[in-house]
Amino acid sequence: MKGRGVLTGVHFMHGDHACAEGAIAAGCRFFAGYPITPSTEIAERLAQRLPEVGGVFIQMEDEIASIVAVIGASAAGARAMTATSGPGFSLMMESVGLAAMMEIPCVIVDVQRGSPSTGLPTLPGQADVMQARWGSHGDYEIAAYAPWSPQEMFDLTVLAFNVADRFRIPVMVMADEVVGHMVERVVIPPEDQIPRWERKRPRYPAGDGFKPFLVEDEDLVPPMVHAGEGYRVHFTGLTHDERGYPDMSAETHHRLVTRLVEKVRRNASQMIRYDTYALDDAKIVVISYGCTARSARRAVADARRMGIPAGLLRLISLWPFPADVVRELARQADAFIVAEMNLGQMICEVERYVSQPVKGVFHAGGAMIPPDPILQAIREVAFHGPRAGGGKASAG
Amino acid sequence: MAHALVAEKHPLDDLIRRDRMPHIWCPGCGIGIVMRCYAQAILESGIPVERHVVVSGIGCTARVPGYMNLDSYHATHGRPIPFAIGLKLAKPELMVTVFSGDGDLAAIGGNHLIHAARRNVDIKVICINNFNYGMTGGQVGPTTPLGAKTTTTPYGNPEHPFNLPYLLAAAGAVFVSRWTTLHVRQIKQDILYSFRKPGFTFIEVLSPCPVGFGRPNDIEDGVEEMRIYRRRSQLVYRVPDEVPWEALEVDLREERPIYVGRFVDREREVFQPVRR
Repeated sequence: MKGRGVLTGVHFMHGDHACAEGAIAAGCRFFAGYPITPSTEIAERLAQRLPEVGGVFIQMEDEIASIVAVIGASAAGARAMTATSGPGFSLMMESVGLAAMMEIPCVIVDVQRGSPSTGLPTLPGQADVMQARWGSHGDYEIAAYAPWSPQEMFDLTVLAFNVADRFRIPVMVMADEVVGHMVERVVIPPEDQIPRWERKRPRYPAGDGFKPFLVEDEDLVPPMVHAGEGYRVHFTGLTHDERGYPDMSAETHHRLVTRLVEKVRRNASQMIRYDTYALDDAKIVVISYGCTARSARRAVADARRMGIPAGLLRLISLWPFPADVVRELARQADAFIVAEMNLGQMICEVERYVSQPVKGVFHAGGAMIPPDPILQAIREVAFHGPRAGGGKASAG
Repeated sequence: MAHALVAEKHPLDDLIRRDRMPHIWCPGCGIGIVMRCYAQAILESGIPVERHVVVSGIGCTARVPGYMNLDSYHATHGRPIPFAIGLKLAKPELMVTVFSGDGDLAAIGGNHLIHAARRNVDIKVICINNFNYGMTGGQVGPTTPLGAKTTTTPYGNPEHPFNLPYLLAAAGAVFVSRWTTLHVRQIKQDILYSFRKPGFTFIEVLSPCPVGFGRPNDIEDGVEEMRIYRRRSQLVYRVPDEVPWEALEVDLREERPIYVGRFVDREREVFQPVRR
């Protein structure tokens, strides 16, 4: 496989390796990272693979340096990525805000483990999903995807690069230890079938009056200048005007931050991804994501066999959240159930968009939520009404 | 009729964002002097301007990139070095200079500083040392001398400072020098030299901060601090043959030499990404 960028073919592949191959296939040529379980195999794979395709691999002194080096490499024009788990994800948060503010694309893979703190390094969790959205200080929006299989570790890593470049935002791949360490069939398409969304590039020559943050398009995304192109532009984490110059006025601040947020909200339909199973006539809608959705799908299948009209909405994009889809489901559903490996995070988002009772099936992490407690919740709702057993259940 | 002598254009005009003037620095501050030396070195470097990139973190010195008419990146506090590493490794033809202060580089960014020197990444660091955190109003920093007064050490600093040249020499930098803002020619020469020296280079420039450090420590103003530099700067050619590394520690309040010069100039393999 030496020298090959895209390993086209059918593989029996480890989830973390599939993520690394997705990065290579997407054209990622810079990785900076720090070893942390359960994401380390991504770094190991890329340490082997990037030198084969002319890319740069560097192991940094910590996760702060890793994300910042990634942002620097991206500023020079490279597709760049880092991979980590909870503790490292926390360390990266400040500069996620820098990338959002400078509008420098980057991809961050978080293979989630049991948390908070050191938690359960070798065991799964899904409790970083709110942090993915707003873990850095201030108002900003990002995109985050939750793969449920090694195949999606590949596919969503490719998508993450495309969304990051297209909209000049940080994009997270919110994997978990289960999908990270799972070995499964992964189909890698031919190179010319790997989707590629490019960065917008400047339309005007360098010179006096060039404004690197001037927005001329409906999508609110300014074309991106890379280092060394002669534009001599200034990038700062300070509030800045269209020239990129610091401007400490409330007016400029409001205009900039509103645009950064609106940029994602306005283009959300291009970023949102979800999957459905048995939803057409479903009265009980189960919402889940990542490894937990594998159990949720089984529980819904079992419920259907019992004659219960259950269905599954699997969130692929956690952020932007597919609010319209959930609102639409609220027109047909009697009840919602959210299954996630935390003590109630995405459920809050579901509750924002529906008036029905929302029942949670939660676990703090450490082992997959099996199908049984999800099926149990479906049955309770089916046989005893939407408010059966109180709002929140624990799978533990 | 007499004509006033007015220059239409200064040779450095093209390298300064004149539309960003006036700058934010206080009267007596030395940062502008070093920025001018940097601009002059760029002019003389022969390297096309579009290949020069300047990166900083946060603080007074970190405002330099905003005033330089180059591709410039004003990153997170303490993180200009990893940002610069990303730029340099992704686009090796760039000449990447980190221009930041002692607090940004040696306190919050201290880990990146020593590891970049250890790796010998090909980036150029100019560190302005004014012995305190200026932008936030004169707090104790990693270079504040033992006993010195700052707003967060009102009874005197109970901590020892970093001796930056000693630290960088130990960490592996291939070029380490120190000057004061009085030594404009030497600063410019060393920046120019560092452009030509492959690997991690570190130039420390001692600079007056009359508002933050001078006032509470009885240094009257910027000019007074420049007089101290003139009176006490002592050129050293070989460390530790002439003076031990420990002697490079600086305390402006004591009547002892401030050693300046090129302390390290050596060859070590420069970091290169692995290629297969």
